[in-house]
Amino acid sequence: MSHLLREHAPITEESWARIDEEARERLVPALAARKLVDFAGPLGWQHSATNLGRIAALDAPFPRITAAQRRVLPLVELRAPFDVLRAELADSDRGAEDTDFDDLDEAAHALAAAENAAVFHGFEASGIVGIAQASTHTAIPLGKDCNRYPRHVAKAIELLLGAGIDGPYGMALGPAAHELVLESTEDGGWLLLDHLRKILGGPLVWAPGVEGAVVVSMRGGDFLFESGEDISVGYESHGGDAVTLYLEESFSFRVATPEAAVALTP
Amino acid sequence: MPTDQYHEPPDELSDEVRTFARLCTSLTEEAEAIGWYQQRLALETDREARAIMADAQGEEFKHFCMDLEFLLRRVPLWREIAQGILFQDGDIVEHGEAAEEAAVEGASARGATESGASLGLGSLKGAAS
Repeated sequence: MSHLLREHAPITEESWARIDEEARERLVPALAARKLVDFAGPLGWQHSATNLGRIAALDAPFPRITAAQRRVLPLVELRAPFDVLRAELADSDRGAEDTDFDDLDEAAHALAAAENAAVFHGFEASGIVGIAQASTHTAIPLGKDCNRYPRHVAKAIELLLGAGIDGPYGMALGPAAHELVLESTEDGGWLLLDHLRKILGGPLVWAPGVEGAVVVSMRGGDFLFESGEDISVGYESHGGDAVTLYLEESFSFRVATPEAAVALTP
Repeated sequence: MPTDQYHEPPDELSDEVRTFARLCTSLTEEAEAIGWYQQRLALETDREARAIMADAQGEEFKHFCMDLEFLLRRVPLWREIAQGILFQDGDIVEHGEAAEEAAVEGASARGATESGASLGLGSLKGAAS
């Protein structure tokens, strides 16, 4: 039996399949980091730390002996609980197509935003340094005028090329800036979204949890996401009216090449 | 045909899966080449020609092993099963059965993808517009 304890939930196989599918549908559009950085794993729930290949010297209380300790990055566990009404699950088993999964949808959005925020802006308590934090380039202010975004993105790519960082390039765009881009056309009716994609040579990704935007190289080897347990749905408890479940994952993230990204601040 | 290595529409596959498929194809080709050289070496009598063929087959051994190592690094369950079979003395089939059982049970206990509990999201590179 897995630690997710799904077997203990008063949920039929059919409803479990619908819950998993709903979670996937909500998570995939919002998981921006996974669309831009290298992903390794999943290596399992028992995988606890990422090898950094480095050591820290230790004072050894033994004659003739030197000592060092391996440095690792412990995986962080993220969990987002949510409730599903038992009456809704019963209707779902009768064939209802409009099951109320609102709380699951909000939990999925929160988990995706948290993963994105950890990858792009860091998660200090966990030891994760985000891409924007690690970047060695001076951040570029996006400003309010989204018609100037192509200029800012071109400048970011110029900085990356100047540092010897090849493309293709991709961009995580926070929700506020993304909305502006979607709504905008430039002179001549050219969609701003298409123009930015052309400059990047890679994807432009909606990234809840991200402030402003981050331009990254997607050549590989620069940004490393290591998954222990990939996002799963587990069972917590149930009462007469509702079942409490949760979305959960474990992962670490590290920046191998701080020069390979440029932050664009709001 | 350049896309014969894909069993599903390439446009719908992520970059990682396409790379994985390419390396699987490469692994197959290296194994085929090793078999061809084995047959040529079995029949060739010219000493110099045999030396060249043996050298070429050595290259294929290296290529095959590099391809295999790449693939095993990307599929932890495959790697775990391989570790129970490769470079072991004794009955290969018995090692295979034991390695598979231990690895699959272990993955299930860890709540990994094989248990069906994970949503199986993984990398989404290539899923972005």
